[in-house]
Amino acid sequence: MSSDDTGAGSDRTYADEWSIRRIVRTMIPLLAALSVLQLASGTILETYEETLVRNPALLVLVPVQIGTAGNLASITCSRLTTQLYLGTYELHPSNPDLRANVGAVFALAGTVFGVVGVAAWGIGVALGGTLGLGRVLLVSLVSGMLLAVLVVVASVAAVEISYRVGLNPDDTTIPVVTNLCDVAGVLILFAVVSLVV
Amino acid sequence: MPGHDTARDVYRQALPVILVSLVAGLFSGTILGSETMRAGISEVPGLLLLLPAFLATRGGVYGSLGARLSTGLHQGLIEPRFRLDRRLTNAIIASFINGMTVSVFIAVITFLWLRLFGNAGNLLELVGIMVVAGFLSAVLMISALIAVIFVGYRRGLDPDNVIGPVVTTLGDVFGIFFLLVGIYVVGAVV
Repeated sequence: MSSDDTGAGSDRTYADEWSIRRIVRTMIPLLAALSVLQLASGTILETYEETLVRNPALLVLVPVQIGTAGNLASITCSRLTTQLYLGTYELHPSNPDLRANVGAVFALAGTVFGVVGVAAWGIGVALGGTLGLGRVLLVSLVSGMLLAVLVVVASVAAVEISYRVGLNPDDTTIPVVTNLCDVAGVLILFAVVSLVV
Repeated sequence: MPGHDTARDVYRQALPVILVSLVAGLFSGTILGSETMRAGISEVPGLLLLLPAFLATRGGVYGSLGARLSTGLHQGLIEPRFRLDRRLTNAIIASFINGMTVSVFIAVITFLWLRLFGNAGNLLELVGIMVVAGFLSAVLMISALIAVIFVGYRRGLDPDNVIGPVVTTLGDVFGIFFLLVGIYVVGAVV
């Protein structure tokens, strides 16, 4: 681009960034890939269709478990990334910032998945389910705490890898880890369901 | 100093946000566990298969629309007013196209997946449900996002902090509800 039309040129660049074709072309492949990945969770749900239809409490758990895992993952990733930029991040068990992150994730998971277990049981009973409080609570807490372990491990790994590869962890870690936790959330939930229910 | 909070600080700050999204999750879980929905799951093969993909793309499509609009506002490229601005209408039309295309795509891959594993599936039924649910989500999410972002921006809220929770909460609750509407509409037509 020659220097005399920089003004018009940059204006055209803005217009391009906001063109329908551009937005659609960038997003569609990403969204399509994401949907194919999510079919993995769908396959697991479909496998347990009978158990799910019989026990509404477990159906209630599905969106909650996925959503909470995603929330915990995005909090952990943005904190780790910020610490990386501030120079306080170091992958070592004695690092106080890392310990604070991990401690908070487990405390949050314990609180939230305890509440979720009781709530899902109550809603399940209201919807005509017969699963006992102990079992629903056990499923919710065990799968929730396993998910917390996964969130921590996956977030640390994602931050380490994108830093070493030279990618900006702000752009890469959250989508990768939240999607991974979506799929793994369902996987872990039903591994626990098949043991307990 | 940022990045130096103790576990207790992080816990205190994150808990309210997580509890709000928990309430939304329980609400959508209740719709999913309702008798009508369970009947739909039993009758329509592939419904549970497409559910996670359908919910995840709500976040992808409308989360990025929200992020784009808020960047545009901060850069002064768009104004916080409802008028026919090229950039604003482009962003809205593009997200609508994305939402509908991906909804149909999900129906098609779900059908192919069912076929691949030798299960029965009805392509027309799945596409119909996804078109209805995708269209209703698009209308609701686009209007809600524009309203929240513009009104919030004029009142001094940074849209970057509001979009995430709004998209996740509305997307999950109404995503599952509109899926139910889709099943109902297609069931009435077919």
